Amino acid sequence: MDISLQQVGYLYAKDSPFEKRALQDVTATIPSGSYTSIIGHTGSGKSTLLLHLNGLLKPSEGIVQIGDTMITAQTKGKKMKEVRNHVGIVFQFPEHQLFEETVEKDIMFGPINFGVPKEEARARAHELVKLLGLPDDVLQKSPFELSGGQMRRVAIAGVLAFKPSVLVLDEPTAGLDPKGRKEIMELFHHLHKTESLTTILVTHSMEDAARYSDRILVMHEGTAVMEGTPEEIYSLEDQLHSFRLSVPRSVRFQRQIEKMSGQRFDRIALTEDTLAQELAKAIARKGERPC
Amino acid sequence: MKEIASMHHVEFSYDMEEEESSPMSTKALNNASFTLYEGEWLAVVGHNGSGKSTLAKLLIGLMFPSSGEVHLFSERLSEENLWETRSRMGIVFQNPDNQFVGSTVQDDVAFALENNGVPYDMMVKRVQEALEQVKMKDYINHEPHHLSGGQKQRVAIAGALAMHPELLILDEATSMLDPQGREEVIEIVKKLRSEINLTVLSITHDLEEVLLADRILVMNEGQVLMVGTPQEIFQQGTELEKVGLDLPFALRVSELLRATGVELQGNHMTEEELVNELWTFHFSK
Ligand SMILES: Nc1ncnc2c1ncn2[C@@H]1O[C@H](COP(=O)(O)OP(=O)(O)OP(=O)(O)O)[C@@H](O)[C@H]1O
Ligand SMILES: [Mg+2]
Repeated sequence: MDISLQQVGYLYAKDSPFEKRALQDVTATIPSGSYTSIIGHTGSGKSTLLLHLNGLLKPSEGIVQIGDTMITAQTKGKKMKEVRNHVGIVFQFPEHQLFEETVEKDIMFGPINFGVPKEEARARAHELVKLLGLPDDVLQKSPFELSGGQMRRVAIAGVLAFKPSVLVLDEPTAGLDPKGRKEIMELFHHLHKTESLTTILVTHSMEDAARYSDRILVMHEGTAVMEGTPEEIYSLEDQLHSFRLSVPRSVRFQRQIEKMSGQRFDRIALTEDTLAQELAKAIARKGERPC
Repeated sequence: MKEIASMHHVEFSYDMEEEESSPMSTKALNNASFTLYEGEWLAVVGHNGSGKSTLAKLLIGLMFPSSGEVHLFSERLSEENLWETRSRMGIVFQNPDNQFVGSTVQDDVAFALENNGVPYDMMVKRVQEALEQVKMKDYINHEPHHLSGGQKQRVAIAGALAMHPELLILDEATSMLDPQGREEVIEIVKKLRSEINLTVLSITHDLEEVLLADRILVMNEGQVLMVGTPQEIFQQGTELEKVGLDLPFALRVSELLRATGVELQGNHMTEEELVNELWTFHFSK
């Protein structure tokens, strides 16, 4: 499902004394099947943008196109609900959306609400609990008895239960420990490939954006200011700095070494593995040269 | 060294408190003891569910241990001295949403000050100052619930700073900030430490922040697994990975380099150290 935004603007509390512009003239394309990361400074409009992608907000200006559905300021609520059928969203701190007495009921709630037969919804809940690496006995527990990391996984299962074709993730790993963070990021990556999803990730981790995505969109003061592959975006360090962003740590390290040694690496070190390989190559080259 | 806070053989389990939900049926804290000294920066690390937040909650008297003692400012923490003790601390929790009480950013930051009877003029000044420190002065009349995730965290931090605390407790207080925002918060804390004798206890998953601390406390399964300087702790290497922790960037890259056959002398924790060694032994010849 291709997604495109054409000159999208959004004002919170429009026409009230508290009116606040959050998006301005955003134009961007998210091709079907891509894994797009959205990066940007605090308050740059990332979360607001995401809310447009699954029909929770209507643009005040411009057009949001999700597959065949076109959403403008005039679009009616019913059409927005249809969009939500295809686009699943995991919020910052999704555990706040948990409310049922048991984990099983919580995961089943969404699908049942959208007309999936009860037994099918239950079977799906059981599958998802496994997929997310939660113990089986978790199903009959209250979501509030779980640890933060487990609650996060349950909330994610609740979104996956819709079988969305577009998965929208707003800092899905904030507050998780490094191991949990890695597991969840790997899981999304796996789902992205096996379920042919279109994945949109908002993250503050330049490392995650570099490692997992094939496209990056940069937001700054409510506008989309850069769009490209991770290689392209992270090659433009100065420009990123002007938007109060930076390059992944491995790239920063690469630049230091390049400056110091006077030789350029063959490619940009988007991950630590690439960095180590390129460093080893550079050291070997240095060794061959006569002093 | 003067002691600011300490725990002595503290046990705690959520099952015993009826209205509290329990993360697990086991003990959330199991015979936990440690001491926090005046002026130090202690980083608390550990996997999710290892007991870090429980430790923080007991330290600020949101709950009391089922056995063992919590001491703050040389007194045992109790219902009686709770408010007086808390007025000397600044506290920021992981998720700011649950903490906002004021209808504007300004009221919110002022709330605790007002409760502590800080005179109006001084209160206004401190609120302004704190919001300036976290770069949220433009939002002074905004509603806290209408801010972005990172903006909320900044306001919560301002609330703690405005208290002019002797002890600052941060529980994952920068988890929603962008890298620059995190650095800014670290800079604020560093600056305060150089100006006043601030003691910091910071629960965090951010390893680069951990490296800046004076000491690290590692929690595992409700117990204090080890306490030591960053040097001492990260020497444990893969032991740490077993308890769900990550290694700092420079150590990870060192490991990867060794795996490709590059010889390295030391175990470098910071990028600077690693760059220096690479330069001295591999590039400068
Ligand atoms: N409900 C709301 N009412 C009014 N203004 C809002 C509301 N939510 C967000 N804003 C404002 O809109 C702007 C964009 O906010 P948004 O939440 O989209 O930022 P973000 O990029 O997701 O930030 P973060 O990285 O901190 O989560 C900010 O200036 C914010 O203060
Ligand atoms: Mg956000």
